[in-house]
Amino acid sequence: MLNLRLYMLQRLTALLMAPLVIGHLAVMIYAIQGGLSAAEILSRTQGSVAWFLFYGGFVLAVSIHGAIGVRVVLHEWGGMKGALLDGATWLLGAGLLWLGAHAVWAVTFT
Amino acid sequence: MKAARGINSRAHPLWLAYILHRVSGLGLALFLPLHFWVLAMAMTDPARLDGFLNLTDTGIVKLAEFGLVFLLAVHMFGGLRLMALEWLPWTPSQKTLAACATAASFGVAALFFLKAI
Amino acid sequence: MTASPTLKVTIERGPSGAEVFDVPQYDNQTVLDVVSWVQQNVDPTLSYRFACRVGMCGSCAMMVNGVPRWTCRTHISKVLDGNAVTIGPLRNLPVIKDLAVDMDPFFDKWVAAEGIHHGGLTRDDPIAPVDEGSAEREAANAAIECINCSVCYAACDTVAGNPDYLGPAALQRAWTLLNDAKDEGRQTILDAVSGKGGCHNCHSIGSCTAYCPNELDPLAAIAGLKRETAKSFFKRGR
Repeated sequence: MLNLRLYMLQRLTALLMAPLVIGHLAVMIYAIQGGLSAAEILSRTQGSVAWFLFYGGFVLAVSIHGAIGVRVVLHEWGGMKGALLDGATWLLGAGLLWLGAHAVWAVTFT
Repeated sequence: MKAARGINSRAHPLWLAYILHRVSGLGLALFLPLHFWVLAMAMTDPARLDGFLNLTDTGIVKLAEFGLVFLLAVHMFGGLRLMALEWLPWTPSQKTLAACATAASFGVAALFFLKAI
Repeated sequence: MTASPTLKVTIERGPSGAEVFDVPQYDNQTVLDVVSWVQQNVDPTLSYRFACRVGMCGSCAMMVNGVPRWTCRTHISKVLDGNAVTIGPLRNLPVIKDLAVDMDPFFDKWVAAEGIHHGGLTRDDPIAPVDEGSAEREAANAAIECINCSVCYAACDTVAGNPDYLGPAALQRAWTLLNDAKDEGRQTILDAVSGKGGCHNCHSIGSCTAYCPNELDPLAAIAGLKRETAKSFFKRGR
């Protein structure tokens, strides 16, 4: 259930995220060596504008990308359509953005 | 007819690439809210966050993490394959691309797994 | 023609369920021959469609063992499972009776995708020259052998989940016209394939290309439409 605008949003957020995902995978592989701790994560991220922009951009892109992706599945496999489908798309995007923004704020600025 | 006889209308490599992309995407969409919620504890309840992070030392959680990293890698490489197919001058070698995407995903996930244990 | 072992032919007949028929096997027997034998010798009420019997008219497509095929050019020996075969009406289209489906949605979408000629000349104008060697003409030529059989439409999982989706055949036709030097409906076509049922719903599953009996490539045509609409999105903002 995509028109050109949703399709372009989906592809552009995907292009934006490709390098971010590779970065995220690299950080994960690096960070899990010797176990994970809150202190270790926060010492890396706290007060860092770079990490804020990295993960802030990631969260924004994934909220849009995830909402549109789940929208397609809700329509094709769940039979949802019309205003209900539009509402679900917005709810998903806003929900992901809300939770994600909280997480980014928590690890970079507090 | 290029398709092998005796198969139903779905069992071909591009369909497998499609279903892998869809299922991995759905899995990531379900995992993300949990991921964000746990990380937000850094602000509200750091001790509880450490509790969650200590869980990552147990075997079953490690296996689940391997699954998540695999989902992320497979979804990214599958997505790059899709965009190459759609936007770059297209050749019939798409099936090879689909295979490479899966192989690369396995590679990344395996690297993570080896480092984690 | 020597009569040899009997075929177990299961024919799906809509609400009344499936029926099994014993059909004598011959050399050089197509799936359409099998269906015709049942209709002529066992049950004259069996409904199905065919016309040319040589793979030109596109009217005899059916599901054979779960795979959409042109039945007049499919040898029964190639699709037999042991000595059994299951034949059903085409997927993704409303069944009228037995093996005959309503093709209206398929052709309505053909028109909705602007798969019609958009002329700009009158009979008084000279005939527009066509450069047979140009890349555009080669792209247009690639799909002109489409016989409208709806095999790709029946194979498409996106159509199955999204009834508004225009489907591979109609979009491939739109791509052909977009590349046709004599067609002047470029923006009309791009707009028609950019709506909520347009080419952007395609997930590149590729069943259309895998099952096209004429070995055409709707998947590549739809990718072409995605490319052109994306370019137009950057240029014109829509």
